[in-house]
Amino acid sequence: MEFSELIKTATVESVLLSCAGQPAVKGTLCITSHHLLLSSCPGGEGQPSAVELWLLIRNVDAVEKRLAGSSGTITLRCKDLKVLQLEIPGMEECLNIASSIEALSSVDSVMMMYPFFHRPQSLRLEEGWPRLPVEQHFQQIATQTTQWRLSDVNQDFAVCPTYPPAVIVPAAVSEETLRRAARFRQGGRFPVLSYYHTRNGTVMLRSGQPLTGPNRKRCPEDEMLLGSVLDEGERGFIIDTRSAQTAKQARMTGGGTEPKSSYPQWKRLHRPLERGRPLQESFIKLVEACNDASLGMDRWLGRLESCRWLSHVKAALSTACLAAQCLDREESCVLVHGAEGTDTTLLVTALAQVILDPGCRTLKGFQELLEREWIQAGHPFHLRCARSAYSHARLKQEAPLFLLFLDCVWQLSRQFPFSLEFSEGLLLTLFDNAYASDYGTFLCNNEKERCLCKVKESTHSLWAWLDQPEERKKYLNPLYSPNLLVIWPSVEPQSIQLWQGLFFRWIRSSQYLDEAWAEIWRLVEGSNTAVKESTENRLSHSLSDPAARMENER
Amino acid sequence: MEHIRMPKVENVRLLDRLSSRKAAVGTLYLTATHVIFVENGSETRKETWVLHSQISSIEKQATTATGCPLLIRCKNFQVIQLVIPQERDCHDVYISLIRLTRPVKYEELYCFSFNPKLDKEERERGWKLVDLNEEYKRMGIPNSYWQISDVNRDYGVCDSYPTEVYVPKSATAHIIVGSSKFRSRRRFPALSYYCKDNNASICRSSQPLSGFSARCLEDEQMLQAIRKANPGSDFIYVVDTRPKLNAMANRAAGKGYENEDNYSNIKFQFIGIENIHVMRNSLQKMLEVCEMKSPSMSDFLWGLENSGWLKHIKAIMDAGIFIAKAVAEEGVSVLVHCSDGWDRTAQVCSVASLFLDPHYRTMKGFMVLIEKDWVSFGHKFNHRYGNLDGDPKEISPVIDQFIECVWQLMEQFPCAFEFNERFLIHIQHHVYSCQFGNFLCNSQKERRELKIQERTYSLWAHLWKNRADYLNPLYRPDHSQTWGTLHPQMAPCNFLYKFWSGMYNRFEKGLHPRQSVIDYLMAVKEETQQLEEELAVLGERLANLQKLQLNGNKVKSKQQDRSKELVLSASNNSLANTPQEYSNDLKSFPSRSPSQGDEEDSALILTQDNLKSSDPDLSANSDQESGVEDLSCRSPSAGGCLPSEDSGKDSDEAVCLAV
Repeated sequence: MEFSELIKTATVESVLLSCAGQPAVKGTLCITSHHLLLSSCPGGEGQPSAVELWLLIRNVDAVEKRLAGSSGTITLRCKDLKVLQLEIPGMEECLNIASSIEALSSVDSVMMMYPFFHRPQSLRLEEGWPRLPVEQHFQQIATQTTQWRLSDVNQDFAVCPTYPPAVIVPAAVSEETLRRAARFRQGGRFPVLSYYHTRNGTVMLRSGQPLTGPNRKRCPEDEMLLGSVLDEGERGFIIDTRSAQTAKQARMTGGGTEPKSSYPQWKRLHRPLERGRPLQESFIKLVEACNDASLGMDRWLGRLESCRWLSHVKAALSTACLAAQCLDREESCVLVHGAEGTDTTLLVTALAQVILDPGCRTLKGFQELLEREWIQAGHPFHLRCARSAYSHARLKQEAPLFLLFLDCVWQLSRQFPFSLEFSEGLLLTLFDNAYASDYGTFLCNNEKERCLCKVKESTHSLWAWLDQPEERKKYLNPLYSPNLLVIWPSVEPQSIQLWQGLFFRWIRSSQYLDEAWAEIWRLVEGSNTAVKESTENRLSHSLSDPAARMENER
Repeated sequence: MEHIRMPKVENVRLLDRLSSRKAAVGTLYLTATHVIFVENGSETRKETWVLHSQISSIEKQATTATGCPLLIRCKNFQVIQLVIPQERDCHDVYISLIRLTRPVKYEELYCFSFNPKLDKEERERGWKLVDLNEEYKRMGIPNSYWQISDVNRDYGVCDSYPTEVYVPKSATAHIIVGSSKFRSRRRFPALSYYCKDNNASICRSSQPLSGFSARCLEDEQMLQAIRKANPGSDFIYVVDTRPKLNAMANRAAGKGYENEDNYSNIKFQFIGIENIHVMRNSLQKMLEVCEMKSPSMSDFLWGLENSGWLKHIKAIMDAGIFIAKAVAEEGVSVLVHCSDGWDRTAQVCSVASLFLDPHYRTMKGFMVLIEKDWVSFGHKFNHRYGNLDGDPKEISPVIDQFIECVWQLMEQFPCAFEFNERFLIHIQHHVYSCQFGNFLCNSQKERRELKIQERTYSLWAHLWKNRADYLNPLYRPDHSQTWGTLHPQMAPCNFLYKFWSGMYNRFEKGLHPRQSVIDYLMAVKEETQQLEEELAVLGERLANLQKLQLNGNKVKSKQQDRSKELVLSASNNSLANTPQEYSNDLKSFPSRSPSQGDEEDSALILTQDNLKSSDPDLSANSDQESGVEDLSCRSPSAGGCLPSEDSGKDSDEAVCLAV
């Protein structure tokens, strides 16, 4: 396929671009294989043109066209929730542009996507891809315990197509046992280590559901695998992210839960979390509500309630807190799973780690967490983030679990404003990039696919881009001060707020809030400078003053 | 003291509202001014003090096996649940409190016994801190259009107005008196705010006694005089802040609203703010939502929506914005009224003033604003906030709503206000506390008769003295937001206001962000200032090497302390760091034989109780919970002396208790 076949009209003059909160500009519209550009000539002819719009076409979620007389208006609704309008002179041009954008934005082949073409000058290919994240994670754990080992049973993705080649498993369990246990878990997702809690040596595992089926099948290897995690007399908790009833019903289709009789040391807790289509619909409804210009205070709260989004945030946070509490307070090991073990499971395990582990609250640690618990762990980003909240396309497998995770992290950052090293800005950037990106980080559904597509060889890593000093600073929290404690959030409704920075991002001006943010930076940096100066001053004094030096040595 | 039947009860349990498991045992004391609960045992002997004047209701509940529960609800939104072992004791406490919380004479109120140990001069200086004449001068008045009138000098025209009122120069005493006779309670149009840049003004009054057809020449002349005082505009707005239906109903009682045909050049406008009864019920409903035990997200949002509270807040804001725009953008003067012109009118005039004039967004300016639009113009503090025992139908959270409007604005304009949220919360507290004389009575006339200024202290002086606690670190006098008119953003989502848990769940510490950005930044700011000062000192002494030694070391040791303290406080906290009750079923790990099927297992888990994530486990030490760092480690000088929770308990308390 050639991109040029999809582009019916490449340029149109005198297109009027408007979007909420900004003055409209007129300029030349240009379609390339991956971008929509609009450049204007503010100073009239002969002046250098200014680029007013540089939009990744993959970011377009819905294209709506309205024709009136000889011109037409195209409304572009983007996956990052921005809405743009283009007024295009000429009916034919308008139709051509609209269908070109539609065609280009629905190219579904991974290797045709922009990350495979994006070549920023400041970065070199194959640099900045996290090297062996699971192995690195294991190195840290290995310094504290010998109970766990790195297994390459999945080296060629044969045992579990959605797991990475390396996984961390109990040291006592053989590769053969793993293979057999994998056959008893949906998608081959046998229980693996997700998190080691240094304070007391308990662990959090995750897996797919056991395939007990209607006949209550058992699997001695799976039982052994889970049994080996607990000592004699120790208890563990299984947090099932489905309701007890749903879990039971899953037996009819070959799934199920761990029966008490086969796993006597494990106690099951059911915490139903929304997923799949209902979650996507909740997202769509919320975005619709936020964009509803006729909305007033008299109906807003009811509308917010009917979207259910905040209920999902509350449920996700509560469940993650429960997992964290089991580990930290009950000093018990935890296994988390739902059905496939690639969605709500990862939401819970990742969130619990942010709550428990101060390491995950740094910029670097958070990136590693995402790499480990979402990307390597096989969250199907390509399927889940194919469409955002505006798309009219029939829903397939879209679901905003990653957004829900980011929202929960935002709630934590609001309740603990000093404890995360990164700012809201990072969360917004991650949301944008999960849905449409210049980088390969969120491409595909799992490691196996990424290997097939040669993502690491042919695209740049988002992390490499973010780690550049001038980019990095944009995502730092000026108030950060490392906090080694567990951060237990409040999950009461009074404490859970709508993430306005995301859902209102494009529909209101954030001028005053940005100014406040800049002011916080100014205050903190002013303080740092003062501390530095006074330290330097003192140093120079003590150096230049022999008496002072003596005083110090005493 | 004669009302106290039971000065002391032992072995009383103070329940934690959100977690029944946590209860403190201690002794309950009743004094002439406070209910005091002192915890047993613990080294700190934690004390809870509640002023009688803060108590809004006392409920004696059915006796249980553990004792007799007593529920005390406060006007500052604290809820205290006690269990008293003996029914008889409980009854005595109940009867005593019923009487103590319903004083019948002003002299019984706390401010007449409160003694902050200031001498007479200090007290007088305190009362002079806010001077309304100065304020009108600051606005540029008197000038060629406006003058001070002494028509009400001995409250002869209107007993709920101040003696000094500002009126258009062309309004003669005859016109004023004539107009006052045509207005409810004789509250004639008078100046509230004047914008010297364009001569537009905000005037206020009560409703006209127009009935279905009555007219009053002087009143018409009065409005014309207001128009003429603004030569830049050929009309004025008359804003009736009531819903149109209410205003029309008033016509049947001989009151009503201005007929555009009778007044030359007015534009009449209704803005539907509901009356005090609707607001009282709305608050009641919202507080019920706040008190729910482990509500779901839906329970909470629906409850909040059904209370209508935020809708009412929006109505007040809308009115303020309308007036501010008329004055600032159109240059048109506005006359505002409601029925009597002392509730909604006060709210709306003061909200509009906040938008218009940056001075009111400073700490002193805000005090002046309350003094001007609320205190001097006869907002009925005593009736609205139930300071003396009176008609419960007169009670309504009118100023609470205004205070919330300010908070909503602070959320949208974080750099625009010199003061912080705590300042608002403490003002709200003292509207009800009766610890200071400012808000006593229903009018200036009553306050003068009681000689308030000679017998009580001023809240403003108290707040001003502690102003360091109330500063907003993000405020900078030269900042774009602090300059000139605040421009409200008009996108619809800017009018979706937030629930203020900092106020209405003020005492549920576990619900709030665990780390305070404001306090942190204040500490940072202070520290920076200090270091800069030290730098300057060091610089000066650079020339003098002998003295330098001492100083240099001091700075160093301070910095070492700082890092040490950080580590220390973190490890200390980990002891008190407890999660909330996210689950009830962790404890109940059943030890059953493995042979049993898992049916029972799931049944056990499915009970509603267990599904609900439980509430925050709050306690006195909840603010030491996870991740809260001791602020003192940021600022060695601040010494961790954060303003204490102001539950009417001042350091001077002991003195007045002895009285």
